[in-house]
Amino acid sequence: MNYFFNKNGPLISTYLIISIGFWLVFLIIIPQLYMFDLSFRPNIPSLLRGGPDDVYTLTHYKHFLFGSETSGESYNYVDVGVFKDTLLIAVLITFINLCFCYPIAFYIAKVASANTARLLIVSLIIPFWINELLRSFALRILFAGEGFINNVLIKLGLIDNGINFIAMDVALYTGLNYAYILLMIFPLYNAMDTLDKNQLEAAEDLGSSMLKTHFRIVIPHAKAGIASGCTMVFMLTAGALATPVVLSSPNTFWFTQLIYQWFNMNDNWPRGAAYSVMLLSVSVVFVLLMMKIFKVKIGEIVR
Amino acid sequence: MSADVELQNVSVSFGNFYAAKNVSVKIEKGEFFSFLGPSGCGKTTLLRAISGFSEPSDGKILIGNQDMAGIGANKRPTSLIFQNLALFPLMSVADNIAFSLEVRGTGKVQRRKRADELLELVALTGQGDKKVHELSGGQRQRVAIARALAIEPEVLLLDEPLSALDLKLRQKMRTELREIQKRVGITFIYITHDQGEALTMSDRIAVMNQGELEQIGSCHNVYESPRTPFVATFVGENNAFYGTVSAVNGDMVNVSVDGTNYLAKAGSLGEGTKYTFKKNDKVIMFVRPESIFLKDQNNQADNVFTANLKAIEFEGNLKNIYMSIDGKQNVRCSVSNAIDTTDLSNSKKVELKFSSRDAVVLPVGPLAVD
Repeated sequence: MNYFFNKNGPLISTYLIISIGFWLVFLIIIPQLYMFDLSFRPNIPSLLRGGPDDVYTLTHYKHFLFGSETSGESYNYVDVGVFKDTLLIAVLITFINLCFCYPIAFYIAKVASANTARLLIVSLIIPFWINELLRSFALRILFAGEGFINNVLIKLGLIDNGINFIAMDVALYTGLNYAYILLMIFPLYNAMDTLDKNQLEAAEDLGSSMLKTHFRIVIPHAKAGIASGCTMVFMLTAGALATPVVLSSPNTFWFTQLIYQWFNMNDNWPRGAAYSVMLLSVSVVFVLLMMKIFKVKIGEIVR
Repeated sequence: MSADVELQNVSVSFGNFYAAKNVSVKIEKGEFFSFLGPSGCGKTTLLRAISGFSEPSDGKILIGNQDMAGIGANKRPTSLIFQNLALFPLMSVADNIAFSLEVRGTGKVQRRKRADELLELVALTGQGDKKVHELSGGQRQRVAIARALAIEPEVLLLDEPLSALDLKLRQKMRTELREIQKRVGITFIYITHDQGEALTMSDRIAVMNQGELEQIGSCHNVYESPRTPFVATFVGENNAFYGTVSAVNGDMVNVSVDGTNYLAKAGSLGEGTKYTFKKNDKVIMFVRPESIFLKDQNNQADNVFTANLKAIEFEGNLKNIYMSIDGKQNVRCSVSNAIDTTDLSNSKKVELKFSSRDAVVLPVGPLAVD
C-alpha cells in the first residue's frame, strides 16, 4: 500500500482507489448482492416488506424448475426449455463468431500492411457507432418477408416466394452473431499481434502447411485471446435483450426476455431476480468449466 | 565442382527501390559462403529470395541446378536460421527440433529418435524435454541449428544468428558453427555485417554494398586484394591516401600524396588482371594499420615518412597510434602492445615505413565510412 502511494503519488493513488472502489462496490457488488437477496424474498407489496410475511423462500427457484404449484407438469418445461435453448444457442453463436472472426483478426494482425490494418479496424468500428437496437431493426428490414434479401432473391429468380427469415430465426442468429463481433475480433487481434512473424515463417520454412501452422503455432499463442473473446461473446449473447426482442420469431424466446417480463410486465421483481441469478451463475460456471477444459487461467484472459 | 546454389542476375525491387541489383553468384556444394555488407545492403533480401519468402523481380535462382521460381519456402531444400532464431516458445526443445518431421506426419517415436540424434550433434544430449526459455543463449542457438538440420536440407541459410550473443559466446559459436558445417557437409550461406565473423568462418565471401556485389573471393583475397575502395575500408581497417599517379612501372605505381612520393602496387581486378593507371590519374592508396611499422635503424623499406603524433589508444593486445602528416593526411598504425612508445609520446614526431607490397592503389570511389 505504501509502495503504491509512493509510486503513483497521493493524488493519482487516491483517485485510482476511489474510482475503482466505487465502480466495484457501488456499481457491481452492492446491486448484485441486492439482486441475490431479492431473489429469495416473497413477492409482496412494499407495505408488507420487513413484516412477518417477509421471510426467505426458495419459491422463485422452485417456480423456475417446476412451474406454478397448480401445474400438473413434472417440471417447468417452458422456462427450463428457454433457458437451455438460450445457453445452447449462445454457445453455438460464440463458436460461429470465433470461426468468423479468427481469419479477420489474423489478417489484420499478421498479413495486412499497417495502412490496410488501420483502414480495416476503422471500418469495423464505425458501424458500431450505431446503437444495437437500430442495427437490429436494420437487419429486420433486410430479412423481412418483403425485405431487401427476399426482393433480390426473387428478382434473380432464385426463389418464387419470400422466405420467412424471421420465423426461421435466421435473422435472430445473424443479429446475435453480428452484435458482438468486435468483442471477439479485438481480443483475437491483440493476442495474434504479439506473435513474432518469424515464427510463422520459421514454420513455413520447416515445411508446415498454412493449416498446420495455425493449429500448432497461432492458436496456442492466441489461446488466451480466444478464451477472452469467447467468454465475452458468450456472456453477452446469453444476456442479450435488444437483438432478441427485435429479431426473434414469435415462437422463440430468449431467456432475458423472460427476466424482463417478470420485472416489468408481471411486476414480480423477486422472481426476475431469481431468474437473472440463475442465468448469471450457470453462465459463470459454464465459462469456468470451459477454461478448465482448455487449460486457460483467468489471469491469462486479461493479459 | 557443381554449383549448389546459383544466382543468375538476380534483382529484387520494391517499387522503384532496388534492394538487390543484378547479383550473380555460384556457390559450391559444401561451401561456407558469406554475404558481408553494412545493414541495408540487400544481403537479407537475397537470403529471403533464396529461402523462398520472396521472389526475385528479375533473374533466376537455381538450387542443385533446379530453377526455384514458383517454389514456396516450405518446398525448397533450404532451411533458414532467423536472426532472432524464432524458436517456438510453447514447445519443448525436442518438439521444436522435430517440428519439420511432425508436419510431415512422422510418428512420435521416430521424431523423438531424430531429435535425440540432432541434440547429440549439437552437444545438447538429454536437454530435449526442457522448454526453450530454460536454455542459455548459446544453447538456443544450437537448438535452432538442430531444428534447421532436421529436414536434412541441402542448403542452410543463416541470417546473422550470432548478433544477439555477447562477444565471448559469439567467438565460441563461430568455431562451433564451422565444426558443425564440416560434420554435416552441406552448403552454409551466412549473412553478416561483422567482417570478423565472415573472415573466421567462410570459405568465400561476397561483399555487398547498396544492393550490388562489390567483390567475391576467399577471405585472404578480399582482405589483401580489395577490388574497390568500399571493400578496402569495409573489410578490416585501412588508411586511405588520396593522391595522383606520378609514374607507372608495370604493376608498380608511384603515387604522389601532398607532394610526397610513395611506391605501391596496382589493385587487383580479380582473376589475375590488375587495374591499369596512367600518369595524373586520381587514385586512393590503401595501407592497413598493421602494415605500417615504426621505423628503426636496422631495416629499410621502400616507403618512409614522418608524421605528427595525435593520440595513442590502448586496445589490450594492440596500441593504435593516430597521427597526421602536415595536419592534412590522417594516418593510423597498429603496433603490438609489447612495443614501448614512451619515446614517441615525448618527441611527438613519428618515423614510419611500409612496404610497397602492402600498399594497394585503386581508382577513386566511395569508402565504407565517410
